[in-house]
Amino acid sequence: MGRLDRFRLGRDGRREQASLSRRGFLVTSLGAGVMFGFARQATANQIFPLDNAGPGDGAFEPTIWCAIAPDGIITVNIIRAEMGQHIGTALARIIADEMEADWSKVRINYVDTDPKWGLMVTGGSWSVWMTWDVFRQAGAATRTALVEEAARLLGTTPDRCTVANGIVSAGGKQISFGDIVAKGHPSHSFTPEEMARLPLKPASERRLIGNAELKALDIPAKTNGTAIYGIDAKVEGMLYARPKMPPTRYGSKVRSVDDTDAKKIKGYVRYLLIEDPSEVVQGWVVVLAESYSAAIRATDALKVEWTPGETAHTSERDIQDRGRQLISNKEGGVYIFNDDGVDQAFSGAHLVMDQEYTCASVLHYQLEPTNALAFEKDGVYEIHAGNQWQSLILPTLAKSLQVPESKVILRSYLLGGGFGRRLNGDYMIPAALASKALGGKPVKLILTRSDDMQFDSFRSPSVQRVRMAFDGSDKITAMDYQAAAGWPTGVMAEAFMEKGVDGKPYDQFAIAGGDHWYEVGAFRVRALRNDLAEKTFRPGWLRSVSPGWTSWGIECFLDEVAHRQKKDPAQFRLDLLTAQGRNKGQAPDSVGGALRQAAVVRRLMEKVNWGKTTLPKDTALGLATTAGQERGMPTWIGCVAQVHVDRSTGVVTCQKLTIVVDAGTVVDPDGAKAQTEGAALWGLSMVLFENTEIVNGLPVDRNLNTYTPLRIADTPEMDIEFLPSTEKPMGLGEPGTTVVGPAIGNAIFNAVGVRLRHMPVRPADVLRALQNT
Amino acid sequence: MTTFRLNGRDVTVDVPGDTPLLWVIRDEVGLTGTKFGCGIGMCGACTVHIGGRATRSCVTPVSAAEGADITTIEGIDPEGNHPVQQAWREIQVPQCGYCQSGQIMQAISLLRDYPSPTDEEIDAVMAGSLCRCMTYVRIREAIKKAAANARGDASNG
Repeated sequence: MGRLDRFRLGRDGRREQASLSRRGFLVTSLGAGVMFGFARQATANQIFPLDNAGPGDGAFEPTIWCAIAPDGIITVNIIRAEMGQHIGTALARIIADEMEADWSKVRINYVDTDPKWGLMVTGGSWSVWMTWDVFRQAGAATRTALVEEAARLLGTTPDRCTVANGIVSAGGKQISFGDIVAKGHPSHSFTPEEMARLPLKPASERRLIGNAELKALDIPAKTNGTAIYGIDAKVEGMLYARPKMPPTRYGSKVRSVDDTDAKKIKGYVRYLLIEDPSEVVQGWVVVLAESYSAAIRATDALKVEWTPGETAHTSERDIQDRGRQLISNKEGGVYIFNDDGVDQAFSGAHLVMDQEYTCASVLHYQLEPTNALAFEKDGVYEIHAGNQWQSLILPTLAKSLQVPESKVILRSYLLGGGFGRRLNGDYMIPAALASKALGGKPVKLILTRSDDMQFDSFRSPSVQRVRMAFDGSDKITAMDYQAAAGWPTGVMAEAFMEKGVDGKPYDQFAIAGGDHWYEVGAFRVRALRNDLAEKTFRPGWLRSVSPGWTSWGIECFLDEVAHRQKKDPAQFRLDLLTAQGRNKGQAPDSVGGALRQAAVVRRLMEKVNWGKTTLPKDTALGLATTAGQERGMPTWIGCVAQVHVDRSTGVVTCQKLTIVVDAGTVVDPDGAKAQTEGAALWGLSMVLFENTEIVNGLPVDRNLNTYTPLRIADTPEMDIEFLPSTEKPMGLGEPGTTVVGPAIGNAIFNAVGVRLRHMPVRPADVLRALQNT
Repeated sequence: MTTFRLNGRDVTVDVPGDTPLLWVIRDEVGLTGTKFGCGIGMCGACTVHIGGRATRSCVTPVSAAEGADITTIEGIDPEGNHPVQQAWREIQVPQCGYCQSGQIMQAISLLRDYPSPTDEEIDAVMAGSLCRCMTYVRIREAIKKAAANARGDASNG
């Protein structure tokens, strides 16, 4: 898993094998008036689209990733979405550090879609990991070209020059990067082979990477109301729109529309039936008005009758039962691991442990409801919206609009929360089609919260069956792990699915985490695709994707095994993290393998004084550990949760979360901590606070009156530590989410002796379990 | 016609009286720092000050604002340097930032009532402000920092 170098989508929707680091860099000086049409004027730490101006007269654009203006301002082009991870700042540090730039002169530019950027996706905790090599090489190329020209201007040779903080020095003379561009003509082209051979700075000489003092460039605008999100995008003469949602995600057909009452709403313009050739949006009616508040009311007043699709009565229970049925059938599914000897080990086992774990649907509830502004200008459709996977939705939009992909451009905005919701850009389609129906007139479509939740692309409910075989001396001889869920990648990005050991495609984001790093003898992992889930809703990627729920099965199960064997659960895990065979790791992404996960667990045990503390009654610690998101990109992480269980109410209170992470090199220490804080609290929210289910084909909760994510008063004390490392940086947006659920489940068992196998853990479940003991 | 003061300026709008103040501020006046989150007054992203009190603008009809003095995130300090804004930057609170205008407006209101708030007071007053990025640890820290800064300012001057 995790072969992200294969994750590139061509303009025609097919995969390309090339990777960004193989791209040749043309290093040349831009003359006055020369414009490549991608870099816009960088006047500040801009975070919203400006007009299409060039990088300025005489700017030096050594690679597509950065430009240096004669005034010394360095603009770094960011193809990732800014959704709270301060990703522009993190990536700019990488290129600026290698370049030896003056950080005070660095600006970030969030770019619009263009084929030259390659795959535009922000998810999977991939951004730093994917960009690390590319940006260091681009920084080195820029530095090399600037030093060559500086040497010429200073009348010396490059080898006599030193460079630091945006200044090249030689023999007592010096010149700034800006002056090199203003006075000289830096020019150098590098082949990919030359790029790869450029000397990179050793970790010990880094000034920006790992610097805890630097502040995030996107934060000031987020404290004074000037940050511009998709919902804030405006153009002259736009109409506002709100969709009227059909009763099922798929297959609903409009029978009749009556706008008699809608016409009574001041500002109501008209309604449109949306016919989407891509079939992503089915049965939607869009209501247009002169203001959004009028659109909200007119939509409420509009009477639409539909013939609903076939899932109008499907329930969460139906979907989970379908998952159980798939798991119980020996046929079907895809094998991710299928070692020899699994069946023999089970048939000859002295003991078999066999448990089922389930996780409920989880809604994104990103705070900015999905929205898009669309219009046509000079034959090109512009879609203004926050989005995480532009390369995925752009071909779909072209299909919906029935235009070539070159006639669609997505303009980037800040995201009022991504969390995976905006990997699916379906919300742009009705805006684009409404605009097209009006001859290209600008349409600003916003979903109300209830609209947004009704057709959220939410986390599928899942069923996991975990079995383990033991010999007569309690040694583990085999493990059989199976999980059934809706497959987001199967539905929305089929070309990106991985292939199992049986050669069949599977959704790595609906099974990752099941393929853990423990030594368990003969190991089988089977992924099952829940077709009923996929018929009922559009399964989505949600923060931490499958490791956010497979960890619930794996880590709770391991605790159950440890307790059965009367072993300490932490030591039990250490005994299995031996880094043998497939778990020994490989360069550059998983050097050290499972031993690094073991080191995280050991440090965690030290920090919490594991096994040596006495806590009050009904209060206990629980531990869980994972390798983050994917085997190909492991972030080694462990968590100890301290919980108190109220036996009279069943309420579980998390008092403290202690987390240790080995993510390799940490580029942005404060941002890394912030991401881990937020991710861990997502994990806590999902296990104790968020709870929904599918009723009549739709999630039953439509707003905060019944959907109850974690709030400030629920926030426990947190202690987060990153282990020092100079290995390649891994991801941090999601791993924190993966460990908290099972740490809580295990702590509940340690506190009151009941084992909860369904996520979320609700007070009623705890009470029922307590009564049954 | 409804007339009110917004960030120190008189504003008159011609919209139905039951139009939520949020949309008047965002779409009629054009100040987009105030955000739409839940539409039912339960997330706090739309929080503004009316007569100095934190108010959910998404459930406040514009007619109720007749003659009122309203302040939005854009109006709390001309340079964006209110002590709470400064603390938010010092502690690096925002992640996606979408809720933060509302959090800051609520925090300013909190500090007027509780110049040296305890964790319990912070939790109680900030309970209505949802942060989906879950920056809560830093919100607590920044509120205390702003309180400390404000006390320092007062004692110094």
